[in-house]
Amino acid sequence: MLPEFGFLALIFAFLFSLALGVLPLLGYYRQHAGLMRLARPLGLGAMAFLILSFGVLTWNFLNDDFTVRYVVNHSNSMLPWYYKVSAVWGGHEGSMLLWVMILSFWIVAVAAFSKKLPLDMLAVVMSMMGLVLAAFNAFLIFTSNPFDRVLPFPPADGRDLNPLLQDPGLILHPPMLYMGYVGFSVAFAFAISALLIGRLDSAWARWSRPWTNVAWVFMTLGIALGSWWAYYELGWGGWWFWDPVENASLIPWLLGTALIHSLAATDKRGVYKGWTVLLAISTFSMTLLGTFLVRSGVLNSVHAFANDPSRGFFILLIFAVFTGGSLLLYALRLPALQAGARFQWVSREMFLLGNNLMLTLYTVIIILLTFAPVVNDLLGLRTISIGPPWFNDITTVLAPLLVLLLGVGQWVRWKKHDLKPVMRWSAWALIASVALAVLCNWLYAQHINWRVVLGLSLAWWLALSTLKTLYDSTHKAANPLLGLRKLSRSYYGMILGHVGLLVMIVGVTMATQYEAHQDVRMAPGDRYALGNWTFEFREYDERAVANYETQMAFFNLYRNGRPAGELLAEKRFYPVAGQLMTQAGILGQLNRDLYVSMGEPLTADRETWSVRLHVKPFVRWIWLGSIIMALGAGLAILDKRYRRIKLGET
Amino acid sequence: MNPARKQRLILILLAVGLFTVSVILLLIANRNQVNLFYSPTDIVEGEAPLDRSFRAGGVVVHDSVWRDTDTLAVTFTVSDNLSEVTMTYTGILPDLFKEGQGVVATGTLNENGIFQASEVLARHDENYMPPEVARALEEARRRGQTPDYNNAGGY
Repeated sequence: MLPEFGFLALIFAFLFSLALGVLPLLGYYRQHAGLMRLARPLGLGAMAFLILSFGVLTWNFLNDDFTVRYVVNHSNSMLPWYYKVSAVWGGHEGSMLLWVMILSFWIVAVAAFSKKLPLDMLAVVMSMMGLVLAAFNAFLIFTSNPFDRVLPFPPADGRDLNPLLQDPGLILHPPMLYMGYVGFSVAFAFAISALLIGRLDSAWARWSRPWTNVAWVFMTLGIALGSWWAYYELGWGGWWFWDPVENASLIPWLLGTALIHSLAATDKRGVYKGWTVLLAISTFSMTLLGTFLVRSGVLNSVHAFANDPSRGFFILLIFAVFTGGSLLLYALRLPALQAGARFQWVSREMFLLGNNLMLTLYTVIIILLTFAPVVNDLLGLRTISIGPPWFNDITTVLAPLLVLLLGVGQWVRWKKHDLKPVMRWSAWALIASVALAVLCNWLYAQHINWRVVLGLSLAWWLALSTLKTLYDSTHKAANPLLGLRKLSRSYYGMILGHVGLLVMIVGVTMATQYEAHQDVRMAPGDRYALGNWTFEFREYDERAVANYETQMAFFNLYRNGRPAGELLAEKRFYPVAGQLMTQAGILGQLNRDLYVSMGEPLTADRETWSVRLHVKPFVRWIWLGSIIMALGAGLAILDKRYRRIKLGET
Repeated sequence: MNPARKQRLILILLAVGLFTVSVILLLIANRNQVNLFYSPTDIVEGEAPLDRSFRAGGVVVHDSVWRDTDTLAVTFTVSDNLSEVTMTYTGILPDLFKEGQGVVATGTLNENGIFQASEVLARHDENYMPPEVARALEEARRRGQTPDYNNAGGY
């Protein structure tokens, strides 16, 4: 009976969310305070039933209820309990349930943290989110019921969770990413409500900013976790593959980044209101499109869920209704918007616009490249695939432009800045950056690689710019340390975010350009040298663990002949799924990773293996940079100014 | 035209220009990087190009995987149930590479009709068939039922 209660809870949650989507909105149009006040209890009700439903599914997993089809397909009685819990979101139905539950968390969070928001605004915002919740709830109920039964003949045991997902990184990756995906619905709801009510002012932008930042923090960490997982779990040593589903998360992330910056301009100077609203709509639309990409299987991807096209159609419908509806509203209401304050060509406003231009351009091209194969298929042409060189090239062109703008944009004044000092600083800083980059490249590798020089120049450019920014804002203070303490949290948030980008640029540049790898044949006792590093296959062993059997290769590492550590690479076999999985052995250091992944046994006694050896300089900086960026955005949320918002303030 | 409008117009033109230029550059730089997909039947019938890389795929034929004893070279045959193509690859195959499993490879075809793969992809989910391969199988099955091809399939 329990699974049926879970499904019943899902239906109740749907009814609550539908009521939330309709009643407070109706209340706004009738100016009926009672109806508008229903928003909070309805949101809470929807959340309560979704938690109940999710709890029931989790309970079914923990108790190995193999009468439930979803549990059969994604679990096994041998699975450790923590993977039984994470298996709840290991497949399509359960991960959609998580998606919907997280959306209800956001709704309740908006209700809880917006006590000072005017009632009508709160009612409309929550209604909008209620509509989204209702749509996805319906999607679950009609196409993806996780509580479907296998009756009357349930199997004795489950088919096990995909071994690739049996990993601590994957327990966290989907919830994090969904927190981000779904979180952008708050900025969307705020933008739509501001359009509907006609209250597009600075207060609106200030309300939206912390919410957008929170969503962005989760999204950044979610993407970084996914990249880190792919790095050590797939055994290829890559950290980004330009896989359609990766792109599906990158697209809203880029637009979200643009949104954070344009919200800053709207908040501080009241400019770009229309554009900011459009970005908020697009960011959320792209998260819907991303969901469609992952769920429909239209794209050939490593993440593809094997499933039926009706789901894809349903999500496409949701996407079309929400995007179409909001764009229509946007077009109808835009003419009523007043133009913002004036500003000169050399001003913070203009550089923020440049940032938005670059990010949007980059996003549009990534969308085109990602969808080209789908369009091609729809036209009935021969299937094509667009390889990573396309994406890498456009990144190599646009990222430097973006960083160049950023180097000036973060210290240039609002409204108007004299051209001369900007030019003078830029010229000197550019020369200094390139010189320092050449020096670093030479010291590191005793040769010059222009791609490395390009990457490191950008990093130095950002570093010099950050110093200049800090100097500008503190040099007037009597005591520089006191000046530093007086700067606001959101200011430090900005600095940290940009330093994170700097760290990431160094990581990407060095890891891409100085990475070395070799596929070799090795038996215990064999050594292989890669640059200064020697990998020694010390010992081979096999063991049965919990729900898998592992084949282990122990390696000793030497740097210039001196011992430098050891690592363990594994090949795991999961008998239930009949699947092999590579667990890379990594010796991680701040400045380089040594990485070994096992291929396959080449002799009958399983002593000789094909092995892939990697040396990856600075690869950790990529994820370190992401974490610093996320910290920056998190710090900005804590700024005091967001807790002192008055009504109608412009 | 008022100055604010003029500023906006210049910016829009700038954006459109930048977009056009980057797309054109991208197209020029990567014109050889679009990989078309050919099924084993396409290859056997001589439709696939010899001078450039493309993607090919099918189901790995049972007992067709053969490993060199000294190097990391592997030879295997993929099939769409109508035709077969032999592929060679040097290096480590993905974990899900198995006989009976659908794979997609990128590489070039040599004069002897052997596909030299530079990359072999197998998907993360063992129940999942790459869409290209599924379509190739479907196409081959459809053609296998028409009279012309009844005997050409070799089975």
